[in-house]
Amino acid sequence: MESLLSNFLAKYNYWVYIGLVMIGMYAMIAKRNLVKKIIGMNIVQTAVILFYVSIGAKKGKTIPIIAHGHEETGHHAAQAIDYISPLPHVLMLTAIVVSVATLGVALALAIKIYRQYGTLEEDEIALRINEP
Amino acid sequence: MKTFALITVLLLGGLLFYGTPDFPDWGDPASPASLHVSPYYIEHAVEDTAVPNIVTAVLADYRGYDTMFETAVIFSAGIACLFLLRVYRRKSARTRLYRHNLTGVTLRIAKGGKLPEGSAEFERIDSVWVPYDMIIKVTSRLIVPFVQLFALYVIAHGHHSPGGGFQGGVIFGAAIILYALSNDLRRAFRRLSEKAALLASAAGVLIYVGTGLLCLLLGGNFLDYSMLAEMLHTDAIMARSHGILIVEIGVGLAVMAVMVSLYYNLSSAGRHDEGL
Amino acid sequence: MSAHFPGLVIIIPLVAAFLILIGALLDKRLAFPLTALALLGSLVTAIGLLARVMQVGVVEYHLAGWAPPVGIAYRVDHLNGLVLVAVAAVAFINLLGTRPLVVEAFGDRLGPFYTLYILLVAGLLGIVVTGDAFNLYVLLEIAALTGYALVGMGEGRAPLASLNYIFMGTVGASFYLLGVGYLYLVTGTLNMADLAVRLPALYPSKVVFSAFVICLAGLCLKMGFFPLHAWLPNAYSYAPDPVSSLVAPLMTKVMVYVMVRIMLFVFTPAFAFDLTAISEPMVWMAIVAIVAGSFLALSTRRLKRMLTYIVVAEVGYMVGGFWLGNRLGISGAILHIINDAVMTLCVFLAAAALIARTGSDAIDDMQGLFKKMPVTMAVFVIAGLSIIGVPPTCGFFSKWYLISGAIAAGQYGFMAALLLSSLINLVLFFRIFEIAYFEPFEDHHAEHPTGHGRVLSAVQEAPLELLVPLVVTAALLFALGIYAGDIVSLIIDKAIPLGIV
Repeated sequence: MESLLSNFLAKYNYWVYIGLVMIGMYAMIAKRNLVKKIIGMNIVQTAVILFYVSIGAKKGKTIPIIAHGHEETGHHAAQAIDYISPLPHVLMLTAIVVSVATLGVALALAIKIYRQYGTLEEDEIALRINEP
Repeated sequence: MKTFALITVLLLGGLLFYGTPDFPDWGDPASPASLHVSPYYIEHAVEDTAVPNIVTAVLADYRGYDTMFETAVIFSAGIACLFLLRVYRRKSARTRLYRHNLTGVTLRIAKGGKLPEGSAEFERIDSVWVPYDMIIKVTSRLIVPFVQLFALYVIAHGHHSPGGGFQGGVIFGAAIILYALSNDLRRAFRRLSEKAALLASAAGVLIYVGTGLLCLLLGGNFLDYSMLAEMLHTDAIMARSHGILIVEIGVGLAVMAVMVSLYYNLSSAGRHDEGL
Repeated sequence: MSAHFPGLVIIIPLVAAFLILIGALLDKRLAFPLTALALLGSLVTAIGLLARVMQVGVVEYHLAGWAPPVGIAYRVDHLNGLVLVAVAAVAFINLLGTRPLVVEAFGDRLGPFYTLYILLVAGLLGIVVTGDAFNLYVLLEIAALTGYALVGMGEGRAPLASLNYIFMGTVGASFYLLGVGYLYLVTGTLNMADLAVRLPALYPSKVVFSAFVICLAGLCLKMGFFPLHAWLPNAYSYAPDPVSSLVAPLMTKVMVYVMVRIMLFVFTPAFAFDLTAISEPMVWMAIVAIVAGSFLALSTRRLKRMLTYIVVAEVGYMVGGFWLGNRLGISGAILHIINDAVMTLCVFLAAAALIARTGSDAIDDMQGLFKKMPVTMAVFVIAGLSIIGVPPTCGFFSKWYLISGAIAAGQYGFMAALLLSSLINLVLFFRIFEIAYFEPFEDHHAEHPTGHGRVLSAVQEAPLELLVPLVVTAALLFALGIYAGDIVSLIIDKAIPLGIV
């Protein structure tokens, strides 16, 4: 029991991200409102970001900015062990931008759909499509 | 639909759970991801690029190519919204409201109608116009310049502290959106017109790509900033640092312009007459 | 300069995208020539690159001058050299052919349209050429995002179809990203070649297997592989005609390419085919995809919708052929990526011409079109024969390789599915030929209930601008067929790792 719990806690970020992916996916499939679906999509993307950022973490270490003073000799050789890994953060900066961009286009389409059918509920849209 | 969703989600969760026990522990400094490539960045970023903020160095130099496309992604989102939503129609398609500033009388102008000549005292208002609110307008007027100044600081100081083109660009864009929110869309257009925003977004990405092309023309590989050394009168390492600053400015410009352009198109559903 | 070709092939269209937007703000008429020029440049570079690869072997290009795995590298071998040329050529031909349609549909927004068009092409070219798993994701999103916008501008239900496409596409891309993240977690690298070196020691790890499954699921979603295809028919059939003739030939094929690339060069064939017991089920799913796609195509009376279901079936061809896991099958799959890109371009372009002239995409409205639009219909027949798989068109040869591969692997079910699908395609196309050739045209379009049809007596041959690219594509179908043997022996054979027999 003890080891199970510590095992669970040792990876708790990863469990949380799985939960977020599941919530987002559920919203995307089960919800009938288009904006709720868009929000679900955003949750999935955010979950992936959480996953990546968790990879870069090192317990008790500082952000990846090399400590330096104002003097000319301020720089000293940096040790990889002192700083958290920068690469996942860089990647996720890109992924955040991508998710913002996707969100923008999705909202634009939602506006277009609203203009066309006067509603964002999928069931009502289906009704409008079927009636002549 | 709900049961189908549950089954799919549980299957997916099961798949993700399956792999997780083999993950290295969270925050483990000896995990493979922390041992292979990223130590190189931490240990060599300063001597390679003279940029202490390793995230900036990796973002704009080692993996600068990704970042260029990331800027292109945000640019295409701006163009996509414009393409999808923009309604190119002359203004008079709707009834418009004008308010007489001194008396507070509101005029309603029918479709195609015109306001009489010499009507400087009349001001166009939105159909959901709320009475003049001094607190909001004065506060936003006070805040906006400082937000913009801070945005420039974030862009310029990305080498030494958290920040950079994206963050600064978003903050700058937010300042303009704040102005548009506290006043109205037409006033915002007077400050930054639609065309200017489009031009700025294209120009921003062009600064990035152009810097890369310049490096290529000077004999290096695409985006190899060290080729700029002679042009900037510095050594190869400082040239990389300056190169990063140049592209960050491009990124900032593009992101700012796209954020504003997204707001213009989404808030007015592409009509560009009345915002939020 | 030729040393920079791998970079230039993407950079030329990328730079052009911004110049097009700025140019169009000045004068709308600048948009088209700029786009054409940029895509021509890209095509020439791609051909140069392929020639170079055939001479000297793999070409590497280190972006920003950093060697991988620290920097991002482009790595062009025979496989992506070939696909690169196909993508550039299809995009270029489609651009030339659809100009009149674009002017008619998007006359007020030519600048944004061509900007998005060329960004889409740049994204696809980048996906093909890149050697970095994360860079691939970014490019994937560029191609997808511009694709959503272009699809969403269609008539009728297009925005809804496009929003569904966004949902599916984003989930697919997120899965791919997640899979790459799993690989990064256990290896610390994102470079494909470096991953391939570091992965074999980790094959027993559950993480690698999860990564494999998640990546594959994401890619299957993106390529519209059968049970995950739901977004595809709507998105491609409601898209504006000039867009569907760009997206339908390229998007799914490039995704199949990505699958081939990831499976063969990141996870080695040893892992993909032998260690995971996934080949057999994938081939069976492909069989289902082919059969289902073909029958769905039979069930519709709309031309573009029928073609999109054929696309679904063709994805089954390629995926199934690849997972046969032998040299013949994989050669067939890769050859079919090229052939199917050209065939799909050809039918969709012809369909665009027919729809533009008759104003309807119902198959029943095609009466008498052989007399009215002889050249377009002739091209349509050639493309149809190629999709059915009649020699000497190229469709026959890729099908030949696929069937030989199926026999060599003992997958007779797959062989049967291929033959059945050919048979159904025969029915599909001859149904159209019959209506268009034998049924006399009545002027019933005038009082057509939907009312948007034009009077058929006014229907005439498509404009020359569209005919020339159509005829060129049809000629390409023959050329690809005649030189199929050379393409396989000179290029594709060298693209497949030696370990596969």
